[in-house]
Amino acid sequence: MFEPLQPVSLRKRIVLGAAFFVLFFLGWAFFTLSGIIPPLFLADPLATLQTGVTLFVEFDFLHDIAITLWRVVGGFVVAAILAVPLGVAMGAFKPIEAFLEPFVSFCRYLPASAFIPLLILWAGVGEAQKLSVIFIGSVFQIVLMVAVIVGATRRDLVEAAYTLGADARGIVWRVIVPGAAPQIAETLRLVLGWAWTYVIVAELVGSSSGIGHMIMDSQRLLDTGQMIFGIVCIGVIGLVSDLAFRRLNQRLYGWAF
Amino acid sequence: MALLQVDGVSRVFAGIAGGAPTQALQPTDLVVADHDFLTILGPSGCGKSTLLRIIAGLDQPTTGQVLLAGEKIQRPGPDRGMVFQSYTLFPWLTVRENIGFGLREKGMPADLQQDIIAHYVARTGLTGFESHYPKMLSGGMQQRTALARALANDPKMLLLDEPFGALDHQTRALMQELLLGIWETDRKTVLFVTHDIDEAIFMGTRVAVMSARPGRIKTQLPIDLPHPRHYTVKTTAEFSAYKAQLTEEIRAESIRAAQMQP
Ligand SMILES: Nc1ncnc2c1ncn2[C@@H]1O[C@H](COP(=O)(O)OP(=O)(O)OP(=O)(O)O)[C@@H](O)[C@H]1O
Ligand SMILES: [Mg+2]
Repeated sequence: MFEPLQPVSLRKRIVLGAAFFVLFFLGWAFFTLSGIIPPLFLADPLATLQTGVTLFVEFDFLHDIAITLWRVVGGFVVAAILAVPLGVAMGAFKPIEAFLEPFVSFCRYLPASAFIPLLILWAGVGEAQKLSVIFIGSVFQIVLMVAVIVGATRRDLVEAAYTLGADARGIVWRVIVPGAAPQIAETLRLVLGWAWTYVIVAELVGSSSGIGHMIMDSQRLLDTGQMIFGIVCIGVIGLVSDLAFRRLNQRLYGWAF
Repeated sequence: MALLQVDGVSRVFAGIAGGAPTQALQPTDLVVADHDFLTILGPSGCGKSTLLRIIAGLDQPTTGQVLLAGEKIQRPGPDRGMVFQSYTLFPWLTVRENIGFGLREKGMPADLQQDIIAHYVARTGLTGFESHYPKMLSGGMQQRTALARALANDPKMLLLDEPFGALDHQTRALMQELLLGIWETDRKTVLFVTHDIDEAIFMGTRVAVMSARPGRIKTQLPIDLPHPRHYTVKTTAEFSAYKAQLTEEIRAESIRAAQMQP
């Protein structure tokens, strides 16, 4: 049963994965419904579900979700459009890498959330500020990871392309880019996951809409049910978008998986 | 006419992390005539790949120069098609697209590309596999595709670095016959590196033997076996005589190579 690196069947994988969720909910229900943990600290699963329904029906929570989604996707797409070409250029051309890599590495360690006060000063509390947080949080990570992926291009394939008459342009567009594409897509999937964590932080401060704002409001009302429901929603959306992204990658880059 | 001329080419690799430099190739001369099938035979580590990579333009010689049709080789180009020992098909392209890689790079019209691809698919026995990706192919099929990819470019000469080295015995024999058959029709100049004596004799019009590391071309032996060659030639007395002679040459070098190991 516990043989190292032995794959497990798809059915077993699904059953095992679902089993943990069931266990988790059972544990949650046990500690809250039995009164071991008072509702002020943690709402029970049923109450959470109920407040969730109220949120959707009475408070137009769908609108908050849509706003948050747009912020994540907006900031992330702008970051990706800028960062992927830059990362490819850095990975492929070493002088560009030498020029930019130290600075980008430095920026990568600047915590996006620490920029929020500054961004509020610069951009106010509007959408530009929210998008900027996501952008700052994603762009440097993508640049560096793409540069590493591109730098690891198989040299034997580059040499083969040269002997087939490719020039520098052909090497970049017909060897480096297609060869790195699946891993770049996987990187984007990963960073999109991180972007979800930044958006909530951005919405906790100076926001009048979005999932993060709702969570912040619920704290004022001591409504742990709403807070947990908000967190679960983020988890579910994150999981679904991640699965969709992974499917898309596997479909686009069947040769690599 | 000499198509390829190697003049005093040597190669010294800088030592790693301040270590002593490695001489991989002693100054070597070699002339390959048009339509030759020259096999280069040598013990492991004698610099066969190094020499071939320099001719391909993928590596620069420390001394000397290589001339192709009188012009000095500076960089790799489509006039020298190469098949590597390792599998180097582009994994994101199908067999058809792999074969057409160089044609597309030339900017050839698509319908013309398809004609040439179809021709080489048929000649290398890849019919039915055109839409397969490399990972779906056996090693033998991958090397056929690599050969077709190099041939489709219509290079002045083919450089083959132990292309069948990783294949099992039977597949290898079939690939030898395939390549020899193609050469017998086209007579395109071939430089074929191997450490397999049978392979060197069976396919070559000439065999060049390299000395142990640091290598150089020590002797050359014309192979006067008639063409077209059938695989049964391997059991003839002439073949055995060549084999005995080359075995002696190689053995001496292999022993020297083994003694040089630290
Ligand atoms: N990039 C390199 N840096 C340092 N030394 C190298 C490099 N490439 C090759 N060598 C050395 O040069 C020598 C010749 O190598 P080469 O690959 O040409 O041998 P070969 O005849 O092709 O051997 P094989 O039959 O095993 O493929 C070897 O001793 C090898 O260690
Ligand atoms: Mg070699």
